[in-house]
Amino acid sequence: MANMAQAVRMALHYAEQNLGVTDIFGEDVGAPLGGVFTATQGLKTAWNTPLDERGIIGMAIGLAMAGQRPVAEIQFADYIYNTIDLLKIAGNTCWATHGDWNLPMVVKTPVGSGIRGSIYHSHSFDATATHIPGWKIVIPSNPLDAYGLMISACQEINPVMYLEPKALLRIKGEERIPGEPDDDKLLSKLIDAPLGDRSQWQPQWPAELTGYAVPIGKGKVVRPGAQLTVVSYGRTLPLCKKAADDLAAEGVDAEVIDMRSLWPYDWELIKGSVEKTGRVLYVNEDTEVTNFGEHLVRRTVEELFYKLLAPPRLLAGKFLPGIGLADTLEMASVPQQADITAALRALAAEQP
Amino acid sequence: MSKPRLLNREEDTAPLERDLLVRMHDLMVKARVLEERLIQMYKQGHGYFWIGGPGEEAFNVPLGLLMKKGQGPAYDYLHAHYRQSATMLALGEEPIGALRQMKNTASDPYSGGRNFAGHFSKRAWNIAPVSSPIEVQYVMAPGTALAQKRHGGEGITIVTGGDAGTAEGDFASCLVWSSRPGTELPVLMIVTNNQWGISTPAATQHGETNVADRGRAFNIRTKTIDGNDPVTAWRELKEAMEYVRRERKPFLMEAKVSRLYGHSSASGANMVGGELDCLVRFEERLLADGVLTREQMDGVRARHTEEIAALARQVREEPLPGPETIWNHIYAERK
Repeated sequence: MANMAQAVRMALHYAEQNLGVTDIFGEDVGAPLGGVFTATQGLKTAWNTPLDERGIIGMAIGLAMAGQRPVAEIQFADYIYNTIDLLKIAGNTCWATHGDWNLPMVVKTPVGSGIRGSIYHSHSFDATATHIPGWKIVIPSNPLDAYGLMISACQEINPVMYLEPKALLRIKGEERIPGEPDDDKLLSKLIDAPLGDRSQWQPQWPAELTGYAVPIGKGKVVRPGAQLTVVSYGRTLPLCKKAADDLAAEGVDAEVIDMRSLWPYDWELIKGSVEKTGRVLYVNEDTEVTNFGEHLVRRTVEELFYKLLAPPRLLAGKFLPGIGLADTLEMASVPQQADITAALRALAAEQP
Repeated sequence: MSKPRLLNREEDTAPLERDLLVRMHDLMVKARVLEERLIQMYKQGHGYFWIGGPGEEAFNVPLGLLMKKGQGPAYDYLHAHYRQSATMLALGEEPIGALRQMKNTASDPYSGGRNFAGHFSKRAWNIAPVSSPIEVQYVMAPGTALAQKRHGGEGITIVTGGDAGTAEGDFASCLVWSSRPGTELPVLMIVTNNQWGISTPAATQHGETNVADRGRAFNIRTKTIDGNDPVTAWRELKEAMEYVRRERKPFLMEAKVSRLYGHSSASGANMVGGELDCLVRFEERLLADGVLTREQMDGVRARHTEEIAALARQVREEPLPGPETIWNHIYAERK
């Protein structure tokens, strides 16, 4: 099975071949590197930009205005903050011009902790991204969804923020992407750039790749359960799934929902599950104050109050200026497996 | 290479056709009258905020007349700032749109009552939406220009802004992205230099002799011109545009202009002293050269004043957008 970086790469290849993507660009996105996480190796429309995040977002807006279909990369979400006003403009352009202009553009950027990234390669962007109206925001937790969400993003006529959980980029999937070869080693041989001199290298893309799309705005039940609901996305989603699997032995039956899209999001799916279980834990790793999960908690309280058996809970990153490099510091700063398991266990047992 | 010219030496100025001079004068007056009407609307409570371009007509009218108007990369893109009403009128835009935006009516063609005066947008003519943050248009310009480079043909991207905004990093971004070796872009960067950033004199903030000098480090062709003279502006813009159209490379033009009514309504929107009025100077010249009589020029002003006043009265009766419309156009939908 492909890893997430390979899945993104294959989706972008499909998109530049079939969906009209004209430009895939950012710092070190083109040859020879093909992206710091290898997600853009071998793509024919990939090119390197100056080291200028504002220039990258501006270029995407301009290209989209002129009828192109750009996919821009900010190398790490930690470096997207100096573009916030441009993101706001991209998000308000259709609205501010009363529908005169629309911007079909994708911005992809790796987010979150998990690679010992220290203070400036570990930050999340979901709280900030969901504070900028006019964008659609997606975040996959596995290669198949990474592929399908990128296909959807490249078909959108509005700006799409594609958040890549960097801890999962090298993790292989459990489900096959339609058209990928069965043999991982073969896939690697076909589409991974070799070490050393790459000047003569050409990828051999799997010919059977399809337009498999995950619709934006649709979540997914990744584990059905009856007693409590856990809602997550990105890096913490697999941890939630494992926590639920582990707790089954203790007689706790947790339903796990992968949001996949943060805006618009699948409230109907969440609502249906919480109405059934009466207990919900929201998990993400962005800092916990004015966290997107707080919005979900508020909505849960306002709309589902009388269905609840326990207060809705949020488990998120600590409200800290950064994530420290030492293992002990990172582990203490953002939710880890044990934290999630403990939070689920506590919520399952909570009584008035 | 043409031999370098000194700034505004009269004898270097080739005479322009009388029809063009008359047309430019008409549009300059029309733009001035429109801006004065917008200011009056603000002062009478028919708008919350005014910002515009009285004092930049001599430059902005030729700019609009010389643009290749249309939609898509074969035509010129304009990434403007909020002092560009004269360019819009020169392109053929009706003045009622600006009045509607001032009054923020539902009929405002640029934003449906959502945005400030002077914040134009017209996709059908490649007029990118003007927004309030200073200088952001300079990072978008290379994007439309790259599409044009790829498309071929003669379409160019024009980006305009003030001198104070060149302190922003986005100005530097435009210099960098427009001049990448082997991927130079057809961008005409324009800085209309009125010597002010709201209340701050440029001389207290900028050490460069000319803003345009900043282009030289990037091997970008540059020029500083007198933007208060429509004949000079016409000639210099024409030359610069021909270069960008033909060479598919950037050009940085700095035009010295005036700011006749201050920054905006935030600073009072009153006529200020000590600024050269391009329209007064142009009329003196038209008179001296026997192109138009005083009576003819007064007639032009009276006609525009009357027409635009009537339009303003009409706009005053038009409804505001309904509150339910706040939800419209957050996203574009496939037609």
